[in-house]
Amino acid sequence: MEGNLNALTTVFTEFYYWVTVVFMFLIHVGFCMYEVAASRSRNHMHTLMKNVMIIPLVTITFFFFGWWIYWAFPMFPFFGGLDLEAGAANLPWSQNMATNLDDRITGVFWAAFLLFSWTAASIVSGAVIERIRSSALWVHAVLIGSVFWIIDAAWGWHYGGWMVKYLGYHDAYASGVIHAIAGGYALGVIMVLGPRIGKFAPDGTPRDIPPHNPWLLAIGIFLIYTGFWGFYAACNVPIIAPEVIGGQITGVTWTATNIYLAPTTLGAITFNFLMSLSGGLMAAYLVSKGDAFWTFSGGLAGIITASAGNDLYHPIQAMLVGAVGVVIVYKLHFWVEKKFKLDDAVGAVAVHGYSGVVGLIIAGFLLWGAPSSPFEGYATINPLGQTAGAVIMFFVLGFLPGWGVSKIQSALGVLRIPEEVELQGLDYAEHHAYEDAKYAVIEADKQHLATRVT
Amino acid sequence: MSTIGIKDWNVDLAEVGAIYPLQGWEVAMTVVGVIFWLGWHIIQAKRESEHLEKAKHIGDHDKVQRALERY
Repeated sequence: MEGNLNALTTVFTEFYYWVTVVFMFLIHVGFCMYEVAASRSRNHMHTLMKNVMIIPLVTITFFFFGWWIYWAFPMFPFFGGLDLEAGAANLPWSQNMATNLDDRITGVFWAAFLLFSWTAASIVSGAVIERIRSSALWVHAVLIGSVFWIIDAAWGWHYGGWMVKYLGYHDAYASGVIHAIAGGYALGVIMVLGPRIGKFAPDGTPRDIPPHNPWLLAIGIFLIYTGFWGFYAACNVPIIAPEVIGGQITGVTWTATNIYLAPTTLGAITFNFLMSLSGGLMAAYLVSKGDAFWTFSGGLAGIITASAGNDLYHPIQAMLVGAVGVVIVYKLHFWVEKKFKLDDAVGAVAVHGYSGVVGLIIAGFLLWGAPSSPFEGYATINPLGQTAGAVIMFFVLGFLPGWGVSKIQSALGVLRIPEEVELQGLDYAEHHAYEDAKYAVIEADKQHLATRVT
Repeated sequence: MSTIGIKDWNVDLAEVGAIYPLQGWEVAMTVVGVIFWLGWHIIQAKRESEHLEKAKHIGDHDKVQRALERY
């Protein structure tokens, strides 16, 4: 690092991303709590372990190849070949991917993206609880976390991505690149996986399977909200000079930017995060008639709907976009559930998938004509590009792989747990040693108590 | 046309201020926002009254007793 100002900027940026990673860890804690709370007692440990093991599996695969995909795929395969030069610095054997005094940013930037990967995988994990095999889910986790979402990030969440350049795709805080794709992927999986036993009455009417612990669920979603702050901050470049961006910006004023290196401020996203959360909560409370589960989820859906444009919206716009999105996705969730008999245990397809799609399309209208990039020759933001982007995220990179891989797993008989195990509960089936030991100790204590009393 | 007033980033950031859509409509947006807020209170309060009125008539003695004991 040459010069004190350069050193200070680099170390500030390094620390900034590091803090976002710590915040984002809370998203995963929240997802784990939420899933366990939503599951029934006989499935707790299995539900927890299924999600916890996403952490190491996605982490190592993201190190091995996920991060390379981001740098090599921006134009591949439709508008150019693999960018092997940019990719080379991000291969697992590159010196940049290690302790290196000459590169302090790659590690924290990689980690910020990795935490997004966990989130994408965790969204799918919630939809399929209580009946999927862990082995099947973990394959999906690696695919969504280290392959498909990062391909979409290279295309639509990279300053040189073809979707940004040719479609004017704008998705500053990942309505599409994380939430729409993960929701679409989850939809593909649950279509093949089928509903939990008892979810639908013989006449096809859906039954509510309430969470066993609403308090744990509430804490879980509040932790997700908290981690979402880190997620938002991680989507920005905290400070950068126009000459470093190298685009059209003139003058010498340094700025924060979004992931496309276009100017925004932390103040803007703080306004808009809170206003879209509030719009989502208020609309969800009304549309669900005060249902706690949907009100909490509605807050999240409000943020997700506004996220595509939250770098540029006015706070009141963010609030209204969040509110409108929630009403649409709530209605859509119950219509799809009833019509197609789909069991989305935590509403992940709606809260993430439908919100992401709706948010992208709304951003196309509200930000129509705004520059998608600080570089010359890029399409401006427009409704058609945003709609095409939503289809690519939700359907092409989300739904199709989720459905296709699940079909293969189903044909091989490795997707769903046996019916007998589903009924007796995964914890007993998989953790019988723990259950047996617990009963043995309880029995022993009871016998001991009996001898003391007599 | 650009809803945020910036067509491209060929600008000096020192000379750029607000960059949100519908600049000049802030008061109108605030009015819409306030209508949303007040509307929420009206709908919520009306629904709560209806709910409480209904709830008054559905509790049987045994259920109320159990609810009291549950604390």
